[in-house]
Amino acid sequence: MSTTGGILASGAVGNPTVNITIFAFFVIVTLIIVVTASGKNKSTSDYYAGGRNFSGWQNGIATGGDYLSAASFLGIAGLIVLDGYDGFLYSIGFLVGWLLVLLLVAGPLRNTGRYTTADVFDLRLRDTRVRRASAVATITITLFYLLAQMAGAGVLVSLLLGVSGTLGQLIVITVVGMAMLVYVLIGGMKGTTWVQIIKSAILSVGTVIMTLWVMAKAGFNFSALLAHAVAASPHGKAVLGPGLLYGGGVSAHLNFVSLSMALVLGTAGLPHVLMRLYTVPNAAEARRSVVWTVWMVGLFYLCTLALGFGAMWLVGQKQVLAAPGKENSAVPLLAYKLGGTLLMGGVSAVAFATILAVVAGLTITASASFAHDVYSGVFRGGEAEPRDEVRVARVTAVVIGIFAVVGGFLARNIDVAFLVSLAFAVAASSNLPSIVYSFFWPRFTPRGALWSIYGGLIISVGLIIFSPVVSGSPGGASPSLITDPHINFAFFPLSNPGIVSIPLGFFLGWLGSVTDRNPADKARFARIQVRALTGVGAERSSRA
Amino acid sequence: MSVTQSSSGRVSAYEVVHASREFQSLRRHFGDFVVPGIMSFLAWYFLYVICAAFAPGFMSLRVIGEVNVGLCFGVLQFVMAFVIAMVYLRWGRRRFDVQSERLRLRLEEGRTR
Repeated sequence: MSTTGGILASGAVGNPTVNITIFAFFVIVTLIIVVTASGKNKSTSDYYAGGRNFSGWQNGIATGGDYLSAASFLGIAGLIVLDGYDGFLYSIGFLVGWLLVLLLVAGPLRNTGRYTTADVFDLRLRDTRVRRASAVATITITLFYLLAQMAGAGVLVSLLLGVSGTLGQLIVITVVGMAMLVYVLIGGMKGTTWVQIIKSAILSVGTVIMTLWVMAKAGFNFSALLAHAVAASPHGKAVLGPGLLYGGGVSAHLNFVSLSMALVLGTAGLPHVLMRLYTVPNAAEARRSVVWTVWMVGLFYLCTLALGFGAMWLVGQKQVLAAPGKENSAVPLLAYKLGGTLLMGGVSAVAFATILAVVAGLTITASASFAHDVYSGVFRGGEAEPRDEVRVARVTAVVIGIFAVVGGFLARNIDVAFLVSLAFAVAASSNLPSIVYSFFWPRFTPRGALWSIYGGLIISVGLIIFSPVVSGSPGGASPSLITDPHINFAFFPLSNPGIVSIPLGFFLGWLGSVTDRNPADKARFARIQVRALTGVGAERSSRA
Repeated sequence: MSVTQSSSGRVSAYEVVHASREFQSLRRHFGDFVVPGIMSFLAWYFLYVICAAFAPGFMSLRVIGEVNVGLCFGVLQFVMAFVIAMVYLRWGRRRFDVQSERLRLRLEEGRTR
């Protein structure tokens, strides 16, 4: 660790005081904005959907901010440093998945839902059991995603703040969790959206500056950048082609195809992404916002390609692996190498802001699902007072905040891009089939929805539990959660369940429907299609 | 044409609208764009995935300098995403929204009457 003077004995890079100061500045500024922008947040429409007044570009940027999580900012560049080209493959799946949101889901969902995905199922199927199932799926997917974000937070804490002791890390993660709760409780969806927009702006600026810097060092010649990276990598030329992470054997290839399926089909099933579509006034605006997101996310991932190879060249794989947080620390280390303490402080603030904003978005989604679907929909028969519902949502948010802190603390040291990919697999298996069937398949019945939601959920989560992710693979690039080599109950060979669980999710939805003795409700199908495509009866913005 | 919920048994107003020529034409327009759109991006994406998994030699062929087929193919996925997004936006604005809006206004008039 003596190669760079800035890497302290405790493992921190740069100057922790500078890092904390810049981050604290971000928190204070955003808190002021949240308090002034959020208003009263009394109605459910304000709290869950920001009054539906955001314009397409605002929501598009905010959605980009919601989506470009620690997994994207830290994880992908880190994977590129370790495995070269195979890291890039992740980002392509993460981007292309948006086309499914855009073409199939954005308009119809905005036209037919109110706050949660279950609202859409309810319009089509009107069944309390389906609403409950959908809430279970939404909360499970969201918590998976949340865990990944908080794992990233744990890494950042030890890396950037010089806090390496267990107690110290717990304290800092707790502070992050509390700041997030303040956004959610005071700001609701409106405040959270503004936090996302600000975060997107600084994330984009930070990424572009670093990309230009790396490219300048390589004489603005991408081929030269690659040549430098190849020279610095222990794998040599192999980093430029596929196969380092997913090479070697049919099982590895299938694993990669499985991951790709989960990534491309998962985005359209992610509840926190879908919920953002309700913050705009109408379907056309929802479509416009997704196009903004596609551009933002796409340009961002093109930058991470340069950052990943840049870190491979300028920081080096060995040093990245030696740092606390391993591959997740590649980008902060690169920032330190380029711009010293100050850029490092800026980048660490960006990374914290990213986690904070994404966790806030996830918390609001999970709490909305519990309050709107379970408390109001199931316990109160859909008749809960809006004030009570918002109160329940706020209490739920606090519970989720506690879960996030504890879970994030336990899930340190797992690659965050990888962890997020599991959330995508669960989303594509349990949520997407029912969304597609609700809008486009006349014979879909409540029974089909239950089979598909619970089936997809149980199969995808079950296969993850019995995969090398949890046990049986103590070493390697992505070690199991259980590191004891004697405990091995992994009989499913792939680390991503998508290739099995996604087709099964669709199949169960079909099977459950065609074997249902009660026929599908034709009137409800006609209603949801007419509403989805024309916007009749869609929820209005509160300003109109 | 009024759009209210009708009790079960009879044909609801939404079913009447759903069966109308105008709505069927709107639905066809939607399908004619969206289905080929989804098929083409999925085909292009999975072609890429399969090449990356099963033809690493092909992906590692050099194109210019250190830039190989795999990188070009990957960047073309980005280009595809941008192109489809922009074409869809244009199609929505010029074709779909006009037709959909016309139908919506008519239905809402029917409801208030």
